[in-house]
Amino acid sequence: MSEKELGKKLDRCLADGAIKLGTGLGLGIVISVLFFKRHTWPILFGTGTGLGMAYSNCQNDLRSFYMLHRSEKEQ
Amino acid sequence: MLRACLRGANATARSCGRTPLTNLQHCRHYTSGGTGGGAAKVVAAGLVTVGGGVGGTILYAKWDHKFRAAVENNVPYSDWLLGLALGPSFQATNKQMEMVQPPSMMEKPLKGSKAKSEKSVKEAAESPAKETTPVPSQPAQSIEEASAEATHIISAISEVSSVPAPCDTEATVVKEECKECHDHEDTPAVVQPDTESPAATEALKERPVEEVTARLAQQDLEEQDILASVSASLEDSLASSAKATLQAIGAQEAALQAITLHTLKLKEAMEAEVPPQEKSAQWKDLEAALAERTSAVHDAGTALSNANEALDSLKSVIDKSKGLKVIAVRPLVLAAEENLHNMVVDLDKVVTKVQSSESEAKIVSQYSELVNEAKQQFQREVSSLTPEIQANWKGLTGKLSADDLNSLIAHAHRRIDQLNRELAEQRVREQIHIDASLEQQKLEDQKALEKAVGTALQHVKEEARLEQERKLSELREVMEAEMRTQLRRQAAAHTDHVQDVLKVQEQELKADAEQVLSSKMLDQETCYRQMSQEQLDGFTLDMNTAYARLKGMEEAIDSHVVAEEEARKAHHLWLSVEALNFTLKTADADVPTKPLEDAAQAVRDSCHDNDFALALASALPEESLQRGVYSEDSLRARFNSLRALARRVALIDETHNSLYQYFLSYLQAAMLFEDKQEAPPAQLSSDDLDPFKLLSYASFCLEHGDLELAAKLVNQLRGEARRVVEDWLTEARLTLETRQVVSLLSAYANAVGLGTTQAP
Repeated sequence: MSEKELGKKLDRCLADGAIKLGTGLGLGIVISVLFFKRHTWPILFGTGTGLGMAYSNCQNDLRSFYMLHRSEKEQ
Repeated sequence: MLRACLRGANATARSCGRTPLTNLQHCRHYTSGGTGGGAAKVVAAGLVTVGGGVGGTILYAKWDHKFRAAVENNVPYSDWLLGLALGPSFQATNKQMEMVQPPSMMEKPLKGSKAKSEKSVKEAAESPAKETTPVPSQPAQSIEEASAEATHIISAISEVSSVPAPCDTEATVVKEECKECHDHEDTPAVVQPDTESPAATEALKERPVEEVTARLAQQDLEEQDILASVSASLEDSLASSAKATLQAIGAQEAALQAITLHTLKLKEAMEAEVPPQEKSAQWKDLEAALAERTSAVHDAGTALSNANEALDSLKSVIDKSKGLKVIAVRPLVLAAEENLHNMVVDLDKVVTKVQSSESEAKIVSQYSELVNEAKQQFQREVSSLTPEIQANWKGLTGKLSADDLNSLIAHAHRRIDQLNRELAEQRVREQIHIDASLEQQKLEDQKALEKAVGTALQHVKEEARLEQERKLSELREVMEAEMRTQLRRQAAAHTDHVQDVLKVQEQELKADAEQVLSSKMLDQETCYRQMSQEQLDGFTLDMNTAYARLKGMEEAIDSHVVAEEEARKAHHLWLSVEALNFTLKTADADVPTKPLEDAAQAVRDSCHDNDFALALASALPEESLQRGVYSEDSLRARFNSLRALARRVALIDETHNSLYQYFLSYLQAAMLFEDKQEAPPAQLSSDDLDPFKLLSYASFCLEHGDLELAAKLVNQLRGEARRVVEDWLTEARLTLETRQVVSLLSAYANAVGLGTTQAP
């Protein structure tokens, strides 16, 4: 069902976003603690990175239909 | 860190903010007046430029008309403006002038030609007044009028003044020539103006051909008569003059002979020593010869005069015949002249011969006279001295005495002295006499020479003239011959042409006759064929009707059987189609119908000889056969859920598909409120292609059971919304297809059934 596809994509987006956010946060905390003397900015950086990656992935996924694959382009 | 950033930003903002504020304050002093003044300046400058451009254009257009035309062509409404400013353009005035000009130009040459023709008419009127022939003058005047008319026409057609044809001057010249000709050449002269004036053929009529030929024949006859008479007279005179001349020549020659004979005889008599008896015979002969000579000379003189008379008469006849001016006479005249000349020449020669011999004879006779005189003188002296002695004194030698002998000797001595003295005198006078005689001879010789020269000159002149005349006649003959050949050629060409024309006419007439014949034959044949065909047709018609009736009966029986078979089949088909229709209704909500394969198979079995139904049965989509189709209600329900989703992704398409766009799209769907159901218009405009509107139209259609229209409307969605409803659309299509095919089949089965059922 084509109507269900969007929902599926969004689910994936959210899941992916959650994972990446959490991972980013975690990594940020770790790096902040380990290397940067418990500054806040690595945490923020990590979170932002994670969020950004999640956003980008989600966007790409949603756009995937409209993007030409390299093999198609070469054809 | 954030606070640090904020602090920094505030500081920078404050520092930035102050300077622009102060700047603005400063600037305001300058720009408040300046900006206002600047705008006014710009506006004023613009107005001046525009006004200057327009004014300059108008002025230049007034000066240069081509520029004005160009401007009027390229810039709309400029012609109105320019006309208002400068007045109407030049081209309009030009055209008006041109219209006025041609009629005036045409009037001028007409007037000019009229004046000219009037002048020429006056001239022509004067010249005929001089002449007395009324006939040529009338054609001349008509020629004038006709030429004037022609010039009118020519000048009216082209705007060039033409001069009247110069035929009027030609006509006058010809008329003068006519006057000089003799009476029998009037007719050709009158014919000549007819042929020479091209414009006057309607005024003069050519003499009819018969009249011309009659006149020509008459002329010929006259000429022949004249010729005959002239030749006869010439021959007569020639003959007579020839006879006379011959006679004269003969007489002259006889005279010549007589003269020579006489002189010979005289010489003989003088010089020869002959016995006395023969001497007297000689003197008698001499006298006879003299008599003969005189008679011959006399005859010759008369004959000469006769000949001269005859020659004179011949000359007069020749002159008269020359005066007649008939062409055929000329050779005769020429021949006669030649003969005359020859005769004259011969005559003159003979006359000169005779004269020379006469002069010789004169000398001889003078000599003989002298001798005779001397002899007689001597005789007288001797007789005076010795009167008694007679003539024959030579035999008297013994009879003479001494005195007689002494007196004779003394006489002889005296005579000798006298003769010596006379001789001396004679010698002295000799010279004088010789001079005188030489002078005389010279004079005579000169006279003779002059006469001879004159006659020779005359002869030569005459010969030259005769030669010229001969050559002229030869040339004339040659010309005549050439003209005859050309005329012959022309006649031959004419006959050829006439022959060709006749042949062509013959062909044409033959072709016409043949055509008429063939057409008549064709008509007859067609009539015959038609009648025979009609008979045949009637017979075959009767046969055919009988046969047809028989066939009809047989067919009726067969068709009954066939019809019943058909009816059974149709019924079978109808039943199967109804079964198919029923399977469509077995759909539940969200569950497709049973697969239509069995029913379709049944339909196919029941119509395996019907192509249309077979085609339709095979046109059922595979999906419906295998899986079945969804009902309209399920589709409707599904659409309702789809609608919300489609609304949410309305903004997303190929270009706008970032996550932010998605957010915006969601926002739009939340904010936008449209009718749940809206009746779609008959024609969709570009406004109606908005997805929200389309969805409301589709909902309306679905609620009212129009799945087709709803599918069409949903088909108009684009972008992500379209992707979302793609599946629903395919399902809807499937359902629609199946339903269409089934309805067609049922309609067909109904039709077939109706066709085959029979009323009881």
